Amino acid sequence: MSKSISSQRTSVRYRSRLLQPEADRHPDTHPLTWRLRDDGEVIWLDEYLRKDGYQSVRAALDNGNPQAIIATMKDANVRGRGGAGFSAGLKWSLTLQGGNMPRGYLICNADEMEPGTFKDRLLMEQQPHLLIEGMILGALANNSFYGYIFLRGEYVEAARVLNRALDEAREAGWLGADINGSGFDFDIAVHTGAGRYICGEETALINSLEGKRANPRAKPPFPGQSGAWGKPSVVNNVETLCNVPAVILKGADWYQALSGDRTDDGGSKLYGVSGPVEKPGLWELPMGTTGAEILERAGGMRANRSLKAWLPGGASTGFLLPEHLDLPLDFDTVGKEGSRLGTGLLTVVPQEQSMVALMRNLEEFFARESCGWCTPCRDGLPWTVKLLRALELGQGETGDIELLDKLAADCGPGLTFCAHAPGAAMPLQTALKHFRQEFEQGVGKPRGKAHPDPIPVGEV
Amino acid sequence: MMATTPQTHQIIGTDGFELHPADETAMLEEMAHYEQPQAACIEALKVVQRRHGWVPDGAIGAIAKVLGIGPASVEGVATFYSLIFRQPVGRHVVLVCDSSSCFLSGFDELKQALASHLGIDYGQTTEDGRFTLLPVCCLGACDGAPALMIDNDTYGPVSPDDLPGLLEGYP
Amino acid sequence: MATIHVDGQRYTVNGAHNLLQACLSLGLDIPYFCWHPAMGSVGACRQCAVKQYKDKDDDKGMVVMSCMTPAADQTRIDIDDEEAKAFRASVVEWLMINHPHDCPVCEEGGHCHLQDMTVMTGHDRRRYRFRKRTRRNQYLGPFIAHEMNRCITCYRCVRFYNDYAGGTDLGAFGARDNVYFGRYEEGILESPFAGNLTEVCPTGVFTDQSHSERYTRKWDLQFAPGICHQCSMGCNISPGERYGELRRIENRYHGEVNGYFLCDRGRFGYGYVNRADRPRLPECRESSDSEPVTLEVDTALARISDALRHSRRVIGIGSPRASLESNHQLQALVGMEHFSTGIETREQACLDLMNHLQRHAGLPTPTLRDIEDHDAVLVLGEDPVQSAGRLGLSLRQAALARREALGETIGVPAWNAEALKTLAQDRYHPLFIAWPTATDLDDVAAARYALAPDDIARLGFAVAHRIDPAAPPAEGLSEGMADAAEAIAAALMEAERPLVVSGGSLGSEPVLEAAGNVARALSRRAKRGGMALIRREANSTGLSLMGGQPLDWALEELTNGHADALVVLENDLYQRLPRNTVDAALAQAEICVVLDHQRTATAKRAKFLLSAASFAEADGTLVNLEGRAQRFFQVYDPGYMRPESRIHESWRWLHAMAVNLQGERAGDITLDTVIAACVEAHPELGGMEEAAPASHYRIDGLQLAREPHRYSGRTSMRANQNVSEPRVPQDPDSAFAYSMEGYSGYHQPRQQVPFAWAPGWNSPQAWNKFTDEVGGHLRGGDPGVRLICPVPGQGHYSRPPQRAGDSPGLRALILPRLFGGEETSSLAMPIQKRTQTPSVTLSTDDAEHLSVRGGDTVTILGETLSVVQQDGWPNGWIGLPAGLFAGLLPGEPVTLDNSAGGAP
Ligand SMILES: Cc1cc2nc3c(=O)[nH]c(=O)nc-3n(C[C@H](O)[C@H](O)[C@H](O)COP(=O)(O)O)c2cc1C
Ligand code: SF4
Ligand code: FES
Repeated sequence: MSKSISSQRTSVRYRSRLLQPEADRHPDTHPLTWRLRDDGEVIWLDEYLRKDGYQSVRAALDNGNPQAIIATMKDANVRGRGGAGFSAGLKWSLTLQGGNMPRGYLICNADEMEPGTFKDRLLMEQQPHLLIEGMILGALANNSFYGYIFLRGEYVEAARVLNRALDEAREAGWLGADINGSGFDFDIAVHTGAGRYICGEETALINSLEGKRANPRAKPPFPGQSGAWGKPSVVNNVETLCNVPAVILKGADWYQALSGDRTDDGGSKLYGVSGPVEKPGLWELPMGTTGAEILERAGGMRANRSLKAWLPGGASTGFLLPEHLDLPLDFDTVGKEGSRLGTGLLTVVPQEQSMVALMRNLEEFFARESCGWCTPCRDGLPWTVKLLRALELGQGETGDIELLDKLAADCGPGLTFCAHAPGAAMPLQTALKHFRQEFEQGVGKPRGKAHPDPIPVGEV
Repeated sequence: MMATTPQTHQIIGTDGFELHPADETAMLEEMAHYEQPQAACIEALKVVQRRHGWVPDGAIGAIAKVLGIGPASVEGVATFYSLIFRQPVGRHVVLVCDSSSCFLSGFDELKQALASHLGIDYGQTTEDGRFTLLPVCCLGACDGAPALMIDNDTYGPVSPDDLPGLLEGYP
Repeated sequence: MATIHVDGQRYTVNGAHNLLQACLSLGLDIPYFCWHPAMGSVGACRQCAVKQYKDKDDDKGMVVMSCMTPAADQTRIDIDDEEAKAFRASVVEWLMINHPHDCPVCEEGGHCHLQDMTVMTGHDRRRYRFRKRTRRNQYLGPFIAHEMNRCITCYRCVRFYNDYAGGTDLGAFGARDNVYFGRYEEGILESPFAGNLTEVCPTGVFTDQSHSERYTRKWDLQFAPGICHQCSMGCNISPGERYGELRRIENRYHGEVNGYFLCDRGRFGYGYVNRADRPRLPECRESSDSEPVTLEVDTALARISDALRHSRRVIGIGSPRASLESNHQLQALVGMEHFSTGIETREQACLDLMNHLQRHAGLPTPTLRDIEDHDAVLVLGEDPVQSAGRLGLSLRQAALARREALGETIGVPAWNAEALKTLAQDRYHPLFIAWPTATDLDDVAAARYALAPDDIARLGFAVAHRIDPAAPPAEGLSEGMADAAEAIAAALMEAERPLVVSGGSLGSEPVLEAAGNVARALSRRAKRGGMALIRREANSTGLSLMGGQPLDWALEELTNGHADALVVLENDLYQRLPRNTVDAALAQAEICVVLDHQRTATAKRAKFLLSAASFAEADGTLVNLEGRAQRFFQVYDPGYMRPESRIHESWRWLHAMAVNLQGERAGDITLDTVIAACVEAHPELGGMEEAAPASHYRIDGLQLAREPHRYSGRTSMRANQNVSEPRVPQDPDSAFAYSMEGYSGYHQPRQQVPFAWAPGWNSPQAWNKFTDEVGGHLRGGDPGVRLICPVPGQGHYSRPPQRAGDSPGLRALILPRLFGGEETSSLAMPIQKRTQTPSVTLSTDDAEHLSVRGGDTVTILGETLSVVQQDGWPNGWIGLPAGLFAGLLPGEPVTLDNSAGGAP
């Protein structure tokens, strides 16, 4: 009996995995994943060192020129993998350094909570030292004296792995005072979160790190001017930082060439698919790989299902249609189609799925995860949820769809305090554009009065 | 004469709550990781939660005292984050991912099966105090959708049929 | 200065402002919620959206939040842009989703910023058809009522309470559309500035509970420009009256003094005005044990003059809580050589010394606004939040202002509030406090030194000596004190604008002299600093400028039989000297006339009690601790609602007495005449006549209205007494009319604004319409005239006093208390409820000697109190709460009886 329980428990236990066999991955083409093992075991320090680990840190420390790191990163144009696609090198070049500036922080954004996104988990659970190495390079470039990995609380396994890897690195002299005899000091701590999607927004993340409510901060000043505790701080996504070692070791040209002539954006990317496909999963592929290719790797839609729409990179990106499958998935191309590359992990929507119900689910997420700071997001999104629920039940009223249009438009970029609400607006706007008749079907009534129910006293 | 380092002087109620000495030590250690004591706030709440399952009212004042910050900012933090529980929960907390990939991959059936199996809805605790059911943001296990977490363990894909066996592992 | 283009018009604005502030300063309306002129921008509410264009050729533009956009040169925006307007309409619509729409029963209604902004954006139709969320409310103490359903989540309350005023018990809880603003648990709001929440909150979440019991809409209240009488700060207030009762006090904007904020003593301490037991008619008591009988005015005056005429010598005792005019009129009645200030000798010496130092210590006295611009502060022997409420709030701002200095280094503008907070973290401008026990500013202080009064003085002398070696040193400092002096001196010298704060709370001249030395040393080292000296009462400064003998002298004259008659002006002598002393003197007085608005212990001993007007029923002038003469005006005529009452300004009574005494028929005087006579008698008060316009002042040929345009019910107010409508009272003393007829606009610059109102702006935010730039000065100039000016010249250093040998026994160290530490406000119910259970403080050593422990109860002068045993508290001193032991003087020996409770 107890045996069957434990086997039951392990049989459905979730494990992060890459769907590319070791044999298909090479140092020159798969900088993020070539070290990963087929058995999915963690690459601890010994193995990491055996597989060229910490070579780029060594090189950078020997070189002793932090500005060179920034220059290479700028040339390579590693665009942020957290979703916004901002050049990491450019960001680093804007960090205040020198003069009276205190040394600041390098913060790794490991809060991965964007619905449909499961890439950073893999990197942290199986290859912690790549992230640590990337962070040391980032620290060198940005003159950071301390690093934090802001890890979402639910990533228990990643926390365990990272902490052990940090100990290993510290013991081996890759972290702490006088790294590898270079005179450079830097150490890293794992900070685990306590829930809430908004913690992934970089300035909210800093507030959360400081032990405050995770309301975002106004920009300017940017974190690079005044970040954690008012010191110059750099926030980068896990995947972004994991790209750094190879870029520094092999150069910007090599990195740019990785994507071939698919796109202007260089490098490789962890792409993935989830939803009703045969083999949901994760692959490291050249930047600019098309949706069709990725979907094919996932074995296509599940039997009897056909593709209705897809989100290219998480819940906060806009819906694309099957006709967009042949576009190279890079930041600019997807942007031109009214969506965003986001995290590059596709969510597929099957034909029979009601878009109204899906939108209701998405907006419930965004409304629930609003930090409550600015009005459009805090009070506008719950209204969209209620309208969508009404439409889903066929209780929509005339004017509801126009109201949704307006609400989505009013949550657009610049109108809200941070990018959370625009993230909620984009799927809604694209869904209304591509599938309007589905929403219209939910309008069953003329405009009516306000809700007649007595109002219950809510919980404080 | 005494030169004092400024501190909050307000009388903070701790409602008879006693902080375990080991927990206080853990909080003080955590404070050392950051420039300002406030930064240890979330971890301090988690420390209390690990011991009590949730954060009782009196703990707010107690944590404020240890960190030397105002009680309102501790409560502000405690009520902001979804994984800090300001109400008692069961021995095991079941977090069901309700985000898009799971929604597209059988979340509804799973949630319904869970609710009927346990006889509770979100925010409720089974009568025997064993399970509390809560929704959670995308667990980052979308290739294993629908996914859920019980305490520190992530499962996915989970079918309704898996549930009885799965839950039995958490007495 | 910057040139910006708004809706196609060119304007010149202050380039250091954000666009919202700049546009409001131009008189252009942009709706807003989260921004506050004193608290800066955070960009949360999104209500202030406008369209911004990159340049002349940009015709698309982008919607931006005006509060978060700098008013940089050549900025182009449209307020009147369709897209921006539509967005602003959306924002209000969202804010109103969960708002209960309970305006008819909401106490904010009629002066509600949310109402104003809803109207301004044109939102008048509800489209949201789902359920509203509802909330539970909290008990927050006697001052403030809580109604969370009305909240629109602008975050202003917590930003004021925590970031601005340093509170720690109010917070924002929860997230998404479920953010709750309240205490972390139910209970009294701890901040002494909590009352400002009623004005900071743009809607009715936090409302004035003292008003609630006798609620009246703003438009139905009658106002006059008032000056708070509850401490020496002289904050400007806007008291509102209805039916012969004061119903609330709101802040009256003053660009140099109180700005937008008051302390809770000032806001909620007015209840004594409404007390039912107030004398409303002249009274006479035949003998000390008989009940008083009321008299008609003529009879009273006749009998008093008769009595005074037959007395050998009449002593007049003035009062630091009465106006200059009343004190002057008393002097005029009895003659200067028979006039006492009514202030005890030591306090008077301190007051004289403070006036002297203000003139001769070499540093000017800053206004509160100016205090906030000082970058290092030494507080010697004061607990400013407790002794001068509002001043403490400004000292906090001075410490916090380091944020702005740091912001400048990386280009963060001063209005970007959250960014500055993050940048600065816990870095403050240095603030040092020498005070024996915890103060409300400790959390932003670099250090606090718990010292005995003599040592506080010695520390000050030592600091001065380190700044300027020519200043005499303090001998025999302990190592700790020497280090402290070194650190303080270094910080003050490093600052651009060091500030010294001291005052009379400890009743110690050496402490003041030490503060004077520091000031002088700084000025000799060419520091552009300031010095602020805290007095005890509303007119302590004014009265000490007028002069007069101390109270002890007056009582002696009576006790010794050098005088047999006494006229006491608004002064409870028992508050100032020991009971025996006062009793002995009063026993000798054949005639004792008391003018007061409260039944004080002294009033109860009076043969004749004249029903004096309180600040709400009188005009007069006070001089605040800056030396600023400020005029307050009668809010209402007490005879209007109570025709049977005979309440008059003390100066009017005293004038009538004088006229009667000379056997003339009583011709009345007016305020203008008293002021003129006062200035003539006291050239040192020259300028006080300029404190406010005289009674003939008119704007556009009109008097100034005391009542808002929409004032209703005047014709029926007295219908229960008399069906015929009484004539509106006429005011011979001021330019204000007791009606809505008169000027109440904002176009014409004016200093004296009874209530702030402008079309579309009913809430306190309307002050924005009266200022030269928002958060700046009143366009007509900030009211008041400085009477004390620094005199050029080097001045002399004071020498530290000889060290007195340790005296055996305990000496009283009286700790000022904001609540309960002041005579009249202590008579107000909410203040009484807010007053903490008093305790006595002892050092650990002394407690041991006396075999008492913390928590024990002891009896002192008949009061039973519990003991607080405190590390660091100076030996030989016993800390006693102000206001509890009437007549006990600072530094006096105190014996303590611990038999009452004993050790547990
Ligand atoms: C609501 C919201 C949530 C976000 N969540 C994440 C996240 O979980 N992980 C992440 O790396 N970036 C997230 N971002 C993006 C970050 O703000 C930021 O752009 C990113 O961490 C920068 O790193 P990069 O330049 O390396 O991508 C989020 C942004 C928003 C607006
Ligand atoms: S858009 Fe506004 S309310 Fe929403 S998460 Fe960002 S700051 Fe918070
Ligand atoms: S006033 Fe500008 S966003 Fe609130």
